[in-house]
Amino acid sequence: MTALFVQGVSHGFGRRQVLSDVTFSIPPATMTVLLGPNGAGKTTLVSLVTGLYSAHHGDIQVFGHSMREAPLLGLAKMGVVFQMPTLDPDLTVSDNLAYHAALHGLSRSDARERERIELERLGIPDRRLEKVRTLSGGLRRRVELARALLHRPSLLIVDEATAGLDVASRRLFLEHVRILCQEGISVLWATHMLDEVAPHDPLLVLHQGRLCWSGRAANLAAGTSLADAFLWLTGGSK
Amino acid sequence: MTMRHAMRALGGILRREMLRLFGQKGRLAAAVVRPLVWLGIFAAGFRAVLGLSIIPPYETYILYEVYIVPGLAAMMLLFHGMQTSLSMVYDREMGSMRVLLTAPLSRWWLLAARLFANAVTALPLVYVFLFLSRFWEVQPPMLGYVLALPAFLIAGLMLGAVGLALSSLIRQLENFAGVMNFVIFPAFFASTALYPLWRFEEVSPALAIVAQLNPFTYAVELIRFALYLKVNLFALAVCCCAFLGFYALAVVGYDPGRGFWARRGAE
Repeated sequence: MTALFVQGVSHGFGRRQVLSDVTFSIPPATMTVLLGPNGAGKTTLVSLVTGLYSAHHGDIQVFGHSMREAPLLGLAKMGVVFQMPTLDPDLTVSDNLAYHAALHGLSRSDARERERIELERLGIPDRRLEKVRTLSGGLRRRVELARALLHRPSLLIVDEATAGLDVASRRLFLEHVRILCQEGISVLWATHMLDEVAPHDPLLVLHQGRLCWSGRAANLAAGTSLADAFLWLTGGSK
Repeated sequence: MTMRHAMRALGGILRREMLRLFGQKGRLAAAVVRPLVWLGIFAAGFRAVLGLSIIPPYETYILYEVYIVPGLAAMMLLFHGMQTSLSMVYDREMGSMRVLLTAPLSRWWLLAARLFANAVTALPLVYVFLFLSRFWEVQPPMLGYVLALPAFLIAGLMLGAVGLALSSLIRQLENFAGVMNFVIFPAFFASTALYPLWRFEEVSPALAIVAQLNPFTYAVELIRFALYLKVNLFALAVCCCAFLGFYALAVVGYDPGRGFWARRGAE
């Protein structure tokens, strides 16, 4: 079954059209990269997929559940790392995770066990009692990823989560997500950074609210570099 | 949405609000000191100049301090409700609101849970104030403290719903101070928190009408009657209706298709 199916989605704010007739699908256990320059509409698309906005036109399905008709079933299968930090800085790592676990209906014991597992996998089990405010940007992002995985989602949405991180933190974050993908989680990775795209990745290029390319990254870069192809597609260079 | 899931989420939201509140020592202190200042200073000055006739629920002449304590308790709930509204705007600005709104639960339930958590977290503060007010000879019957609990909850839910509805209309944190001034002070002063309605009627019939239209008046009266072992059914009905009205506004305000989130991208 398709992990995420976006069909004919259009959305705007007032007179400004942000997305126009966007259609794509994400197969299970793949990492699909949504690439686009700033202002392309990536975050709006993520907000529509996560139910923060309601799409004006089109349909979004998460594992067959329409986000218009059965959004709760779709959300239950989804984990999200948002572009902006969403941890409560005045609470500890553990309290932040417990809050998320409760919102997803996990029991206290299950939540504690999941918290232990995910923090260990991300190499930060010793930080669980520290306040988020005291953590570095890279660590906060790892906590956000642990939180998004707490309820065992089948689809992970990552919206420019590595922006502002140093090279080592970015690499660690990306590698972890790729491992998750190998374990069967489907990933939609929104970014504007070309070096996060691997040649074998399914790639969607979004520009000015329109999907202007879809296929393997290697196919887009055939005969040229990915950067040149991307700039050509998005009008950044001839 | 199963009942177990919904209740776990409610517990999680309540726990988070408790942690946040009790982590803010300054806010806690201010919440209790504010009404004590009114009681200790304002009431002391006014008791000499303001005579009070016997009005329900009181059966004898009372001290001015006795009169204003229910109003000050309601003021605590009002400030707490607005503070929660402020924290909703803060959460939205800081991003943590997204975590709440992408939970696989109906939005009406998430907002109701947040309101309930707001009302419950105010209760310990109100009871600390009521305990301290006994030193000012404000000593309602002990059973009154028990009967007042649902009154505090209902009033807290209503005032929290006002704040929640407001938070869906406010775009930026900076705008909040102005809204506080336009909501808290008129709601408090144009109510029966400080003066009985007949005093308003004596001074300004127009103001008396405003006080009668002010939902905060009914929160005050609901608490006042409950503390003295009586139920003001009309105040109860007004508080419940006002709660439902403001809560419905908040649900629309946080609707992904119509409310704040739909407008946000246009900013």
